[in-house]
Formats: sequence, structure tokens, C-alpha cells
Amino acid sequence: MMLEIGLAHYLTVAAILFTLGIFGIFLNRKNVITILMSIELMLLAVNINFVAFSTFLNDLVGQVFALFVLTVAAAEAAIGLAILVVYFRNRGTIAVEDINSLKG
Amino acid sequence: MIAALAFYLFAFVMLAAGVMVVVARNPVHSVLFLILAFFNAAGLFVLMGAEFLAMILVVVYVGAVAVLFLFVVMMLDVDIAELRQGFLNYLTVGGVIGVILLVELVLVFVAWSIAPDIASSIAAPTPAASEIPNTQALGDLVYTRFAYPFQAAGLILLVAMIGAIVLTARSRQDVRRQKIASQIGRRREETIEIVKVRPGEGV
Repeated sequence: MMLEIGLAHYLTVAAILFTLGIFGIFLNRKNVITILMSIELMLLAVNINFVAFSTFLNDLVGQVFALFVLTVAAAEAAIGLAILVVYFRNRGTIAVEDINSLKG
Repeated sequence: MIAALAFYLFAFVMLAAGVMVVVARNPVHSVLFLILAFFNAAGLFVLMGAEFLAMILVVVYVGAVAVLFLFVVMMLDVDIAELRQGFLNYLTVGGVIGVILLVELVLVFVAWSIAPDIASSIAAPTPAASEIPNTQALGDLVYTRFAYPFQAAGLILLVAMIGAIVLTARSRQDVRRQKIASQIGRRREETIEIVKVRPGEGV
């Protein structure tokens, strides 16, 4: 454990969080809500990466881009949950195995 | 020393909350652990000096997105047992793939080094925090150089809002509502009838 927190520490934390997100999608293939939450975890890991680089390279563009990633993540969560609500209304369940019936 | 302690605390709680999001049986617990992960990530952002993004994370991510998740989770009647089928099947394969991915990522970080002439190629140098606060510095950038992406982000939010409303709005058949057009389009001939009533007789 090093006492001087450097870029590598933040990148490692973000990498572990990203892996947890992917792991979550793997494990919860039937549960759409947990899949959406795992995607949010992955987006959070990417944001941590952006802000870490922005801090250690003294470049503010990283934070600007993290702001835009946050915007798009919020929009995508809203649409994903709207689709989920309508799916549940029509099916009565959120089991995902027959989700390819949504194909247009 | 304190900064290192704070970093390890935030990082550890965030990763533990991340694990619990994925593994929790009850979806409400998953959402609450997600909220905990977001709060600790905001703490990490404050440690890095990006306090505007940290507060935006709390306000937007926790205050809007996570609350939306909580609404939906509580509204839907979820059959937890059916959703957990296959969980153990994928545990080994998922774990192996996760470990391989993590090892690859860490290998990239270890072999990576900053280019020596980085200082000249920085797109937007961060002003020192003592001169300009982080929020103002971000505002100086977003509203000038990045005005087009800013407007595009606004458009994305507009489209998402319209999409969510169009998807979920439905008309209820069992609710009586006013039909303004038929009220206004009422004609005198179908409303009033003049009847000659003789004195002493009824209608």
C-alpha cells in the first residue's frame, strides 16, 4: 500500500469497477434492472478514468467530456427504464429470455 | 496521509458497494448499494479536485437516475426466484472473464508512461484552483469552446424525454374526461327545444 496516491491508483480502482460492471451483466442475464445498473457502474468507472487523467495531466477537457458522458448516461437510463416499464406492462414479468420479441 | 486514508476508504466502500449491486438478491438493495457507490465516487472526485463533477454526480446520478431506478424497481412486481436462475452457472465463466479483463487492464497501466512533451499538447490547461474555482473554469470551457457539444447534449436530453413520454403514456379507458371540442361544437338545434305549454298542462 503506497501512501502517495498517484494516477495508477485511480486507474486501478476504475478498472476494478468496470470489471465488476461486466461481471454483473454476465451474472444477471435475466434481470434487466440489474443489467441497467451494471451499465451505470461501467459508465461510472469510465468517468473516474476521465477525471483521473484530467487531474494528473492538468487538462480540463477530461472533466468536460465526463460531464457529457454523465448526460448521455442519464438519458440512456431514462429510456431503458421506460422500455422496461412498457415491457412489464405487456408481459407481467421482466424475465429477459424472450426479449428478442422486441425486435421490430 | 489523510488524503491517502480517505482515498482508500472511498475506494474500498465504492468497490464493496459495486459487488453488492451485482450480487444482491433484492433489487431494492441493489439500487441502494448503487447509490452508495455513487456517493463514494463523488468523494473520490472531490479528492481529485473535480468538485463540480462530484456535486453533479450527487445531484443528477443519485438524485435523478438512482431515484428513477428505485421508482421502477418498486413499481414492478419482480419475481426474484425466477430471475436468479442461471446465476451460479455463469459465476465461473463470468469470474474467469472478469479476472482476465482485470489483468489485461492492469498490465496496460503498468506498461504505460506519460509522453515527455505532454505539457505542450494539452487541450485546455487547468487553471490553478487558487485563481479560478473548478466550476468557473469548467464554465469558461463549456460555454465557449464546447458550446456545440453542450447544445447537442441538451438535444439528447430533449429526445430522451420525448422518447420516455411517448413510450409510457397511455390513455385510460375507465376515466371520464371532458371533451372540449364537443362541448364547444354544441349546436342550438340539438340542445334547446321550445315547447308550447298550455296553462294548466305539464310538459
